[in-house]
Amino acid sequence: MPDLKKLYDSVVSGDAKATQAITKEALDAGVDPLTLVNEHMVPAMDEVGRRFEANEYFVPELLISARAMKASLELIRPLLIARGDKPVGRVAIGTVKGDLHDIGKNLVASLLEGGGFEVIDLGVNVPPERFIETVNEKQANIIAMSALLTTTMPSMKTTIDALKQAGVRDKVKVLIGGAPITQKYAEEIGADGYSENAVGAVALAKKVVAPA
Amino acid sequence: MHPLIQELVSRGPVITDGAWGTELQARGLGVGDFPDIWNLTHADRVGEVASAYVAAGSQVILTNTFGANRIRLSEQSAADRAGEINARGVEISLKAAAGKARVFASLGPTGKLLANGDVTEGELRAAFGEQARALAQAGAYALLVETMSDLEEARIAVGAARETGLPVVACMVFDSGKDKDRTMMGITPEQAAKALTEAGADVIGANCGQGIAGFITICQRLHAATDRPIWMKPNAGLPIMVAGRARYTTTPTDFAGYIPALIKAGASFLGGCCGTRPDFIAAIRHSSR
Repeated sequence: MPDLKKLYDSVVSGDAKATQAITKEALDAGVDPLTLVNEHMVPAMDEVGRRFEANEYFVPELLISARAMKASLELIRPLLIARGDKPVGRVAIGTVKGDLHDIGKNLVASLLEGGGFEVIDLGVNVPPERFIETVNEKQANIIAMSALLTTTMPSMKTTIDALKQAGVRDKVKVLIGGAPITQKYAEEIGADGYSENAVGAVALAKKVVAPA
Repeated sequence: MHPLIQELVSRGPVITDGAWGTELQARGLGVGDFPDIWNLTHADRVGEVASAYVAAGSQVILTNTFGANRIRLSEQSAADRAGEINARGVEISLKAAAGKARVFASLGPTGKLLANGDVTEGELRAAFGEQARALAQAGAYALLVETMSDLEEARIAVGAARETGLPVVACMVFDSGKDKDRTMMGITPEQAAKALTEAGADVIGANCGQGIAGFITICQRLHAATDRPIWMKPNAGLPIMVAGRARYTTTPTDFAGYIPALIKAGASFLGGCCGTRPDFIAAIRHSSR
């Protein structure tokens, strides 16, 4: 039986190889896969988030920790699917129409995966119809939109309006983020949430899908 | 110091220019349109922006080539026009400068993250090398590596730009951390100044990311960490949305009020980034005298 404290440490330090090796050992020893996720790796990502908020960690550290967690989830996810467990949520993520910036969006996507979400990455310059399609065909229950430019952020409102027109607005939670976005703007356009950074986005996504 | 930079800064602070994107939008560039392609399709309107800055008193103007690297152009299916777009960008600015301003040609980030495996070092080197050569051949006075969030990408771009033999300015965006004094990747002004000096940049600085008030300490810290002249291009504050359009709240007078402090903090090149317009340049010129 491996020392599971090491699983926590390897995620916090971003050691993907060690994370995967300890995961494998633990699974072979019969540890429940969800225990590994909920009791060791999720707290580790919370610690990574705390360090980010405290300016001890920056984007590179976030990325390597998320990658370590992802390496472990590659082993765990098939087991969860086989026994019928559902992911925390299914997120359709993209940079809005007219905007080609993908660094922020990619970072949020990596951290959401690290947080146990299934992520459908629609890429950049995503028109409203693509988001609607993904809700209808892939049953995404969260739409996450990014915009870097003040000139493209109105596409977020256009997308929300299109979701309403297509009659699917109630099926999804809409989260938005990006340099020019504010909480006030999120409220104005009727989004369900806004996060200032990628770490907050994961917490927000968990909050909006939690049973009331 | 590079003799061409020495010549410029020996007579006191140099006034650069303001934002281009918003000026092009005021002349009809649509939301989501790629500004650099206008060098081929709307050269007259790009020239108007350059001329407006020269008329306002810019001693250095940039070029409309910020996104004209192969990696970003490929998203517009225009990668093969990189050479042409960069050359035209320099020609347009040179014509507008008409000998009254120097043309510093702009190279912006690729929008891909090395740390996330989105792009390789080799791809970055090739893209910046191609762009730098095109800008140099077209007659730029200097090359400007700007708006960089990742020090590694900035170093690769500086390396590629230096191969032309032209002076190279390198500036980064400090907008992260609780004091907004780090790059997105967590680099401090001291670390950036040291690494960019070692990479061979002739001028080092900061642009974009936040309003001018936050630039004073960043300027002091960069200046204390390098012997190179300092380049400063702050935003006109943070935008607020009014009726679906971005409005910047800092006025030219507010902005210019900080210029003496910025000069005292060691800045040699002064201009503005997002939200600044030709009237900001006129105000800077007035207050730097």
